[in-house]
Amino acid sequence: MKKKRRSGFIVACTAPAIILFIVFMIIPTIDVFRMSLYKWGGYTAEKTFVGFENFKKLFQNPKFYQSFQNSILLIVIVTLVTFCLSLVFASILSREKIRGQNFFRIVFYIPNILSVVVISAIFSAIYDPNQGLLNSFLSLFRGDKDPILWLGSQKLVIYSVAIAMVWQAVGYYMVMYMASMANVPDSLYESAALEGAGRINQFFSITLPLVWTNIRTTLTFFIISTINMSFLMVKAMTNGGPDGASNVFLSYMYQEAYTNSSYGYGMAIGVTVFIFSFALAGILNAVTRREEIEF
Amino acid sequence: MKKENSGFGTSPKIVKAFIYLVLALLAVTILVPVAWVFVASIKENSEFYRSPWTIPQGFHYQNFIDAWQTANMGEYMLKSVLVTALALLLLVTIALPASYVLARFKFKSKAIWNTLFMGGLFINVNYIVVPIFLMLNNGDIFLRKAIGKPFFLNNLFILALVYASTALPFTIYLLSGYFKSLARDYEEAAYVDGAGYFYTMVRVIIPMAKPSVVTVILFNFLAFWNEYIISMTLLTKQDLKTLPVGLMNLMAAQKSAVQYGQLYAGLVIVMLPTLILYMCVQKKLTQGMTVGGLKG
Repeated sequence: MKKKRRSGFIVACTAPAIILFIVFMIIPTIDVFRMSLYKWGGYTAEKTFVGFENFKKLFQNPKFYQSFQNSILLIVIVTLVTFCLSLVFASILSREKIRGQNFFRIVFYIPNILSVVVISAIFSAIYDPNQGLLNSFLSLFRGDKDPILWLGSQKLVIYSVAIAMVWQAVGYYMVMYMASMANVPDSLYESAALEGAGRINQFFSITLPLVWTNIRTTLTFFIISTINMSFLMVKAMTNGGPDGASNVFLSYMYQEAYTNSSYGYGMAIGVTVFIFSFALAGILNAVTRREEIEF
Repeated sequence: MKKENSGFGTSPKIVKAFIYLVLALLAVTILVPVAWVFVASIKENSEFYRSPWTIPQGFHYQNFIDAWQTANMGEYMLKSVLVTALALLLLVTIALPASYVLARFKFKSKAIWNTLFMGGLFINVNYIVVPIFLMLNNGDIFLRKAIGKPFFLNNLFILALVYASTALPFTIYLLSGYFKSLARDYEEAAYVDGAGYFYTMVRVIIPMAKPSVVTVILFNFLAFWNEYIISMTLLTKQDLKTLPVGLMNLMAAQKSAVQYGQLYAGLVIVMLPTLILYMCVQKKLTQGMTVGGLKG
């Protein structure tokens, strides 16, 4: 009797979560992998099994390489710049005696609570060729030459997106690094200062090694979140334009699977990106492995 | 006394000034664009053809009325509030019991479910949004044949359900982390007093989890309120939109018929609630982030 009540309770508590999880996450995920092997428009009943044909087509398509290149570029630039900036600002805010420390922390985190659509709209206003903040600011230095088309030029657009992404991400990673720096005991810095080690020296010989574990975890997150965030940003800011020049992995996938209704092909992109991101994260994880330092 | 070695070989005062300068620079690059949107939202349309740095000539609140009524932002706001509230309610009522049981009860399939939910942390909605759309679309095709009416797409409740479901892995991860840290004694004492499983959970355990639940609600409020890809894909009707998608429409419309004032008023409408919430709970939010670990 008691046993029955217990298992009844367990089932009642977990069943809703498990059912929803299976229906809206597991099945769609399996679908992504399964449908990548089919040729299917998405709306018709007609599905043909084509094996790895979608992948073959994918690797011959220059559009895919364009989005691949953009994604890699964003992963490298955004990760490097955000990483350096957030690490430096985190160590300033947690090590230095700064007036208004709280104020800076609060302000730096603001972009993180804004919708990507809002950020895209803000940056569209900044990048506007004629009435934009950036061009009007730059005209102070370069005069009224031809306006720079930040989002309209095929060459510049991806860098413009990168700047917006860094703007969005710095505060988030800074707060994270600050939390792990708070765990480093002050005594280490005190004795280092007595030995005559300066700020920069302290940063490289104490702070960096001691928060290394945390940094490694965030590197994986940088990759995964850059792939996702670049999609959200590009979709709202440029929609892949001009002429596909700013397409990234997932915006290309969405375009093929949803807008162009080549569902099977789109899912093949999804599978490729999924595997790629995990492989990259795994490699980075292995390369950055150091002996853990206890404190 | 020994002088502090600054590392730059210069006097500490200059270093300090430099540090303040760098901090101020970043603060300005973040604050100026946001503040500019607020300023621009009260400008008249004609003012946008001058330098963007001019101060508004007056308080042109008509922008907000236009955005609210003409651009339908009021309507979208209502939809957003509804979906967000519903999704949060669903998420908490479904995730709380599940995380409690998954964390503290021993049963056969427990390890499988825990692993699956952990794996779910790595499934990003961006990958599965189109399959979800097609699944719901197929459901609608079936329903049209069977009862003559579609149900799944363009349904705010379904949208909220998808939001809640996709937030489950992280929420369960966070909550069961908390439940695992509790001592066994609480339940044992309750059982000795003759309380049942359900009563123990609702009256003894869940009240203790309040701080974690608040963290969950805060994070997911921001996530649901700001979300736009799922909403854009699952709500295909013109008049049925959440705020961020409505804002995207406004951005697109602005390109043809230049309505800057309306656009920036719309922007303010979308970001004001999150900014106010952030000002009230910023400490909790930045702390919660580090307690709960990472969310990509």
